[in-house]
Amino acid sequence: MIIRRPPDIPSSEITPEDVYVNRRRFIKAAAMGAAGLAVGPTAIQAARADGERAQEIPARFREMKSELGEDLNSYEDVTTYNNFYEFGTDKSDPARNSGSFEPRPWTVTIGGHVGKPGDYHLEDFLAPHRMQDRVYRLRCVEAWSMVIPWYGFPLAELINRVEPTASAKYVEFKTVVRPAEMPGQRLPILDWPYIEGLRMDEAMHPLTILATGVYGLDLPNANGAPLRLVVPWKYGFKGIKSIVSIRFVEEMPMNTWQVEDSNEYGFYANVNPEVDHPRWSQARERRLPSLFKRHETQMFNGYADQVAHLYAGMDLRRWK
Amino acid sequence: MNQKRTILALKVVLWLAALSPGAWLVAGMFRGWLGANPIEKLTHVTGMTTLVLLLVTLSVTPVRRITGWNPVIRLRRPLGLFAFSYATVHFSIWFVFDMVFNWRWMLEDVAERPYITVGFSAFLILIPLALTSTKGWIRRLGKRWTKLHRGIYVAAALGVIHFYWLVKADTRLPVLLGACLGVLLLLRVYPPRARLAARRPSPSASVRVPSKAAEVVNE
Repeated sequence: MIIRRPPDIPSSEITPEDVYVNRRRFIKAAAMGAAGLAVGPTAIQAARADGERAQEIPARFREMKSELGEDLNSYEDVTTYNNFYEFGTDKSDPARNSGSFEPRPWTVTIGGHVGKPGDYHLEDFLAPHRMQDRVYRLRCVEAWSMVIPWYGFPLAELINRVEPTASAKYVEFKTVVRPAEMPGQRLPILDWPYIEGLRMDEAMHPLTILATGVYGLDLPNANGAPLRLVVPWKYGFKGIKSIVSIRFVEEMPMNTWQVEDSNEYGFYANVNPEVDHPRWSQARERRLPSLFKRHETQMFNGYADQVAHLYAGMDLRRWK
Repeated sequence: MNQKRTILALKVVLWLAALSPGAWLVAGMFRGWLGANPIEKLTHVTGMTTLVLLLVTLSVTPVRRITGWNPVIRLRRPLGLFAFSYATVHFSIWFVFDMVFNWRWMLEDVAERPYITVGFSAFLILIPLALTSTKGWIRRLGKRWTKLHRGIYVAAALGVIHFYWLVKADTRLPVLLGACLGVLLLLRVYPPRARLAARRPSPSASVRVPSKAAEVVNE
């Protein structure tokens, strides 16, 4: 994994996005230029589909790769292709429908078997932590994947701060419920609020992070603003978004997709090419932007050397 | 003749409508409208279009019976062939981009993934239907043609099941399409003949329900 503390970036080093503008946006901009519309850095910057002010992606991401040398997916792909059913079930719905979602002010509630429970304003919640770039593969259970430069801090740092007791065996997370701002929640497509959980050792693992940003910029609403979980060796649905509650519990939480269909989705959801989804194979994936589904899925999404020990002796077919 | 012109106009509309999803997809490939996973979008749109066109094809005969306007039957073949075309594109995209031209993987998936089994079966059923859609084959097969082409019901049903079995949680569209198919099947089992006879007492060809072979040759 690549961990970097972002250096202080002089403005001379911040390059307009056109340096690595992707083909789609280039064609669009060229077409706009041909149509006589204003085309300049503002047209080709990291346009946020949720309607927020365009921002420039920091220069350090130009050459950044994963620890296996994999290229990053473009900012546009990462922020416009999302499974976030709270905003609708199409991949383009979250970017399209999250415009009115307000990620600030935001309160996170810490509860359960902890020495220091409480409601935290997001700024106070984040204050003690230094954000880092973490380039992780994200493998969706649907068999597509991306390489994404998250921006966040280890969940373990938070856990140590709040002092869980010996009764805390699992960590449970909950997403906000705001049907007024999240149109998908007006229908019972899933059991709202979205719930996820981790076993304590998974939560404490150095790879597990709470992310507040992507590409060094604040998380767009479509990616789970203002705070989400990233657990790179598990299927993407474990990466719960827009977290309002973190509770330390004794019993294994019933995560939403397991409630939806326990035949198909379990609690652990470790990426595993040998355990197929009941309805489709998990042996291969489409590593976007490749058109072909030829990428061989790796055990634990390529993080086996760091996490396999957590599951020694466990029947991973039984514990999906 | 006014009828000929009307049919021609309808055929033009049909062709434009049936080609527009494909045109949108092709344009999307070049303009970048298809999003971060264009193969997924291509697969989904061609699949949806196949299903919708199958349903429209199945609605031609009920429309003919309800309106009493026989010539509408001439739209059925182009509709069916468009459905088959989109099904072929849908299957080809899957074979090329998901199976990466690997026959073994393809056969494994067909054998082991129920939603692919039914989808592939639906496609197989459509092949002989497309091949025998010509006047020559209608003549050659006679009564057997109609029996063979009942397969479109099976294909449509398998297509809806294919769709229902592949969605993760949002079953709204497959259920809606299934309901439409159910209505169309009901209209074939309980055709609205009584209404037709009551409305048109004059001795025109549309009242006497023609024999199956003649009805079919009426294309």
